[in-house]
Amino acid sequence: MSLTALAKNGAVPDHPLEDLIRSDRIPHIWCPGCGIGTAFAACLSAMKASGIDLQTICMVSGIGCSGRAAGYVKLDSFHTTHGRAIPFATGLKLGNPKLNVVVFSGDGDLFAIGGNHFIHAARRNIDLTVICLNNLNYGMTGGQVAATTPFLARTTTTPAGNPEAPFNLPLLAWAAGATYVARWTILHTRELTECIQKAMKKSGFSFVEVLGPCPVNYGRRNKEKSLQTLKLYQEQTIIRNNADPTDLEVDFSKKVVLGEFVDKERSTCIENYDKTCRLM
Amino acid sequence: MDYWRKPLDAEEINVSQGEVHIIEDRCKGCGYCIEFCPKDILAFSIRFNKKGYHPPEVVGTEKCVNCHYCEIICPEFAIYSVEISTAKEG
Repeated sequence: MSLTALAKNGAVPDHPLEDLIRSDRIPHIWCPGCGIGTAFAACLSAMKASGIDLQTICMVSGIGCSGRAAGYVKLDSFHTTHGRAIPFATGLKLGNPKLNVVVFSGDGDLFAIGGNHFIHAARRNIDLTVICLNNLNYGMTGGQVAATTPFLARTTTTPAGNPEAPFNLPLLAWAAGATYVARWTILHTRELTECIQKAMKKSGFSFVEVLGPCPVNYGRRNKEKSLQTLKLYQEQTIIRNNADPTDLEVDFSKKVVLGEFVDKERSTCIENYDKTCRLM
Repeated sequence: MDYWRKPLDAEEINVSQGEVHIIEDRCKGCGYCIEFCPKDILAFSIRFNKKGYHPPEVVGTEKCVNCHYCEIICPEFAIYSVEISTAKEG
């Protein structure tokens, strides 16, 4: 109590990310134990540490719990329609190529309704940084089965267990032509921050998948408290950089592979366009 | 910290000291900072904050080594540590 009072008087230094968040909207809507807050904080720390002029950074997000991130960042940001974060970001980048555009959204938004946009942005190699918070279900609408829900996991719409196989997101990004692909969990915050920083500086399509718990919708139906999920991230993950993208399924009964998987160079969409269509 | 083998240069290493600040009204009581503090210096307090959660409190103030892990794992922007200048040490 006294510390809070002191913080208001300015005797105690502010939170290090206070200048990047809209403090009047905090506490945010995310549930206790939700992983989005940590991934969002890692993203903000990476922006700060990257040394890129913050005035040139834009954050775009779609619909869903993770989509709210655009509303909490004190930078130019846009909360787009469902699944259309990447097309909006593409337009932003083509309109003003000097911008550093970061797309922060969830697995449902980027890979279910926005799946086509994702693969085509990766194919064209548009210079975007896409951060996908993967919480393995549709959290905001009540925990329905998503394209990333693991095989046999229980959700509202699959009470007997999910009969379908989930997407392997790094494999999808790699196959579509992304130039930078990484996966971390919210427990591996330092590595995650470093990778986001690298992804932002990289020209070309960069994709970072972040595994985060959804204790209220996914965790409750699969008998996992948020701390148990983090213990799972600690015990059932293995860090293997440059691993074969086909080995990267999210299946916590085996080890889940984390790390940086792809880091290659390819000419970007704008470079290719200038070469072929803007004859000077 | 418990070492299974004490490093040879343990005396020469200057361990930084930190001070943890908690913005209690932002806390939602997830307990991540308490569980993952490498020095175990945080614990749930018995009092409630404005939203009815038990925020953490510091139980071993002088043990903080300013690793910032509570700050980066907190999903609520509610906890952070600041380095204390250790000018007094000899």
